[in-house]
Amino acid sequence: MIFLSHLINGLSLGSIYAIIALGYTMVYGIAKMLNFAHGDVIMVGGYISYIVAHNLGWGAIGGILMSILVCTVLGVLIEGLAYKPLRGASSLAVLITAIGVSYFLQNAALLIWSPDPIVYPSLVDLPWMSFSIGDLKVSSVTTVTVLCCVLVMALLTLFINKTKMGKAMRAVSEDKGAAQLMGINVNGTISVTFAIGSGLAAIAGVLMCSAYPVLTPTTGSMPGIKAFTAAVFGGIGSIPGAMVGGILVGLLETLAKAYISTELSDAVVFAVLIIILLVKPAGLLGKQVTEKV
Amino acid sequence: MKKLTMKKATLQNFTNYGIILLFFLICGPLNDVGGFMTRSLEGQLVPICVYIVMAVSLNLVVGISGELSLGHAGFMSIGAFSGAVVAGVMQNAVQSEPLRLLVAVVVGAILAAVFGFLIGIPVLRLRGDYLAIVTLAFGEIIKNIFNCLYVAYDSNGLQVAFLSSSDIHLEDTGRFLINGPQGATGQDKTATFFAGILLVMFTLVVVQNLIRSRTGRAIMAIRDNRIAAEACGLNATRYKMIAFVIAAALAGAAGALYGQNFAAVTPSKFDFNTSILVLVFVVFGGMGNITGSIVAAALLTVLPELLREFQDYRMLIYAIVLILVMIATNNPLIRGWIEQAAAWVKKLFTKKSTEKEAGNDGI
Repeated sequence: MIFLSHLINGLSLGSIYAIIALGYTMVYGIAKMLNFAHGDVIMVGGYISYIVAHNLGWGAIGGILMSILVCTVLGVLIEGLAYKPLRGASSLAVLITAIGVSYFLQNAALLIWSPDPIVYPSLVDLPWMSFSIGDLKVSSVTTVTVLCCVLVMALLTLFINKTKMGKAMRAVSEDKGAAQLMGINVNGTISVTFAIGSGLAAIAGVLMCSAYPVLTPTTGSMPGIKAFTAAVFGGIGSIPGAMVGGILVGLLETLAKAYISTELSDAVVFAVLIIILLVKPAGLLGKQVTEKV
Repeated sequence: MKKLTMKKATLQNFTNYGIILLFFLICGPLNDVGGFMTRSLEGQLVPICVYIVMAVSLNLVVGISGELSLGHAGFMSIGAFSGAVVAGVMQNAVQSEPLRLLVAVVVGAILAAVFGFLIGIPVLRLRGDYLAIVTLAFGEIIKNIFNCLYVAYDSNGLQVAFLSSSDIHLEDTGRFLINGPQGATGQDKTATFFAGILLVMFTLVVVQNLIRSRTGRAIMAIRDNRIAAEACGLNATRYKMIAFVIAAALAGAAGALYGQNFAAVTPSKFDFNTSILVLVFVVFGGMGNITGSIVAAALLTVLPELLREFQDYRMLIYAIVLILVMIATNNPLIRGWIEQAAAWVKKLFTKKSTEKEAGNDGI
């Protein structure tokens, strides 16, 4: 029974990682860049939802919607101001710029909201969503997180496969130049990708802060790195891969914490990642691209 | 001005030695006299040397060998903590402080090289972003392991424990050299600015001679076109490994020096952010450009100190400066403007004085 409860906790944590990893993987698939600032957008989402829901008193729904809105705008702004001028530059230059944006967000948050941790009251408090089987109690946050993850995944897959915008995204990720020649607005498509990724980051921020209720300006950075690992785990650029990777990382981390050691849980996750990459160098669901001369 | 007949490469090498010498000659006496530098700036002298070594060694991996490494701080921490253990053991046995520092740095470098080799075996099989994420993972693993490592020393010798310190039973005279998350504590601060300059000089000699050697050309050939280089009979993994291990050893040496500069160092000091910081130096200075790495490491280490008057805003300004410089140096449009402006200034300059500025172009 204890094992089952660890499993459910792991699933919930993994769902949060999966939602964050979706943002990483979409941006990577389309813009071919590692957006290191993604983790900090999560933190901004957390703060905005807290302020709107508690300081302004707009309630949970208002907080969540506002934070999604603000993060979406923020994502588009970041892309337009910092990454767009670097289109076509070396990927390292873009990476360093992303790190610069990450520093900027963290330090701006430090100035605006001070370094003192905020105790975040759960925004996802729906008693009817919690249930218990015998000794096993599942909180509403856990249920909502897992459901949210499944829903986001399903909607995103539909969006990518069925809509015109999704088709444009797939085309841009396949070949930017050819897509442009076919009349696709490449810059617009990339902006939409950032908007969706950042919106997802806001959802992840609300869910994460509801489950682990401490919020500081650096809250986002470690989950960001873990989710990035998760995206690579599943094969970066692949949307089902991000999902599988996120849930695997969450499960691994929770089980390692429970059965090996709290301090070493991160080391275990990273060690498994290294082993997987050695066996499958493109991740679990990534496609191996053969190099042409 | 004397006509320069040296080869461009040799000139570049000596420019770098010259910069370091100049840095030493200016900062050394200023430091001794006192009053010219603020206390915090004085404390930055050894870290500047350490970061220059880190940046130059990472440049060997990222710029020269072309593999993005996000775990360079891991090697630094191996050097720092192995150095701390060695220095702690010798604290009473060996009187001479420079000798203790030297042994610590050498041991740090050797251990980091050994780990660099072991980590390199799996890492160098991968390519591109996957290689980057695995180096990140190794860096985090090293940090986590040091967080759980306890090493103590008394008259019975070294005692090592993992996860919990309760297995260690010390005599009254014994003490912890590495104490889990608290790191290495109670060290003698044996690092000096002079030692830092020596290490930087040593690093430059090693890296610059490597780059100009047959091996160095092979490494760069593999970076530029791996398939063509392999077709010429170069063993890509072997040459990449040479660059990776040398960089790891230098980072270990830098870490040992860094560790000996403080009374206490914690494992969390050498986390992902430190690796990124060093990477920022390398990219900021220009990939594969050693002079750039030196200048960027020195400037960006001092910049937060210089911005101290802006107080809370300094890291914000640092971030904005970083973004703006990356955009300015990489956006084709803005780059064009800068080149135009440079050409205009040059024209203005040559009109006013007939003296030729041959040396300026070499850097």
